[in-house]
Amino acid sequence: MNILTLSHVAKHFGEKQVLRDVDFSVPEHTVFGFVGQNGAGKTTAMKLVLGLLSCDSGAIEVNGMPACYGNTPTNQFVGYLPDVPEFYPYMSPAEYLQFCGEIAGMGKKEIRERTGELLHLVGLEKEKGRIKGFSRGMKQRLGVAQALFGRPKLLICDEPTSALDPAGRKELLDILVSAKEQATVLFSTHILSDVEHICDQVAFLHNGEIVLQGSVEEVKESRKTAKTAIEMERPEDAKLLLSQFPFLKLAGHRGLSLEDTGRLWEILHFIAENKLPILRAERQEPALEDLFLEIVGKGKG
Amino acid sequence: MKAFLKKEWMEWLRTGRLLVLLLVFTLFGIMNPALAKLTPWMMEALSESLAETGIAATGITVDAMVSWAQFYKNFPMGLVIFVLLCSGSFTGEYQRGTLIPVVAKGLSRWSILGAKAIFLFGAWTVLYFLCFGITYGYNGYFWDNGVAKNLFFAGACSWVFGIWVVAALVFFSAFAGSSAQVLLGTGGVALGMYLLGLFPRFHSLLPAKLMEGMALLQGAEEPSGYFGGLAAAAIMAALCVAAGGGCFGKRKL
Repeated sequence: MNILTLSHVAKHFGEKQVLRDVDFSVPEHTVFGFVGQNGAGKTTAMKLVLGLLSCDSGAIEVNGMPACYGNTPTNQFVGYLPDVPEFYPYMSPAEYLQFCGEIAGMGKKEIRERTGELLHLVGLEKEKGRIKGFSRGMKQRLGVAQALFGRPKLLICDEPTSALDPAGRKELLDILVSAKEQATVLFSTHILSDVEHICDQVAFLHNGEIVLQGSVEEVKESRKTAKTAIEMERPEDAKLLLSQFPFLKLAGHRGLSLEDTGRLWEILHFIAENKLPILRAERQEPALEDLFLEIVGKGKG
Repeated sequence: MKAFLKKEWMEWLRTGRLLVLLLVFTLFGIMNPALAKLTPWMMEALSESLAETGIAATGITVDAMVSWAQFYKNFPMGLVIFVLLCSGSFTGEYQRGTLIPVVAKGLSRWSILGAKAIFLFGAWTVLYFLCFGITYGYNGYFWDNGVAKNLFFAGACSWVFGIWVVAALVFFSAFAGSSAQVLLGTGGVALGMYLLGLFPRFHSLLPAKLMEGMALLQGAEEPSGYFGGLAAAAIMAALCVAAGGGCFGKRKL
């Protein structure tokens, strides 16, 4: 079953059409990567799901119920971590989580237990001071704790790792993976290594539309351009090959890249015939990054 | 809504807003009788210079009325300070984005607006009657409150006027983007009412009428003359909160 479905969603701000026709669904118990450039409309799409913005057209369903603008009852299934989470500076993290529990209508005992559990999970159990003095990373962690507090079915995180140092990023990704047991995680990012590390499913948003969607493997397969990288021992040999086969592309001093693998034999034949010393000839798996660049029209060749 | 009320209480307490307002309203409460008490002394000190200008200050008697007159002079100032300090109650949250996680948790927007409005009305009521009570207590101690007619009715009228202003504050807070806009809106409405009140035709039908407490105390007017103003203030306050709720339900956070 799908926990979240967006059907033909469109949204504009003034003259700018941010989302044209966004159509995708998120299956339960997956970590879903929502990838796009800065300004592609990821945050807008997430705010539409939360009823913080209104759609121009299209429909959104969360856990089988339609989400609407304003007071949307579907928010009871959702935990949200904004890109820059802001909390009441005069509260301590434990007090803030208690406030979250009370909003969600949880019992006192449950609130106490859950607060301890989550503060431990995000590593803030020793922070007794007020949120006022928190760094961005600490706020991000508290953000995860508050988003998970009510045991949501869907956890929506807006670029949760973009402001964190490498150690903090790894910790946060681990938390998101562990959250998968209880919830479906939808997280937006432009950091593709994060997607490759933890996501099961991925969707690419570009020009207001989903241009590619599926499991990470499927998506990689779908654009298998099967490039071949050839690295010669001497730079002059690389230049020689380039002059013989102009469809090759120079990559570095002595590296060449070949897109049309059908012509590999001709090149190998030429290398063998002229006894050119070669370091490697390797077929390359497309990385998500290449795919992303290809999609946004800045392909590296 | 209870959780949000608790949060508001914590905010008022920890940001020092409550303390400042308590101090201001207590100070006003004490100042009214204190100024009245000091009037003869000040007159005496000034009598020489007054005599030079041809005014003779002799036999000045002070009673509770002087203190109550002071109360009705200071009351608008207290209300202005209250509005100034509370104008960021909503807009501060919009600007920081602190309401987003709360709304995303499924708390209805009505509960948020309701909790904030209840808190503002409650705070105004407590602070106003604190000031009124202090003045009443001192006046009773030094003089006799019996000289003032319709004392409690007049007190209730000013309180209702404050409720009406706070309701306008809630209404403007529901859609304004900054506290300056809230202040402009609330101030504008209050000024508009005052200006409309200059026309004798509307005078007794406007909330601004409720500010004329001294006329009641002196017996120059009867309570019945204030019923129109009271009804207008109550209806407008209810409309302000209802319209504020409508706007807040649809506003972008």
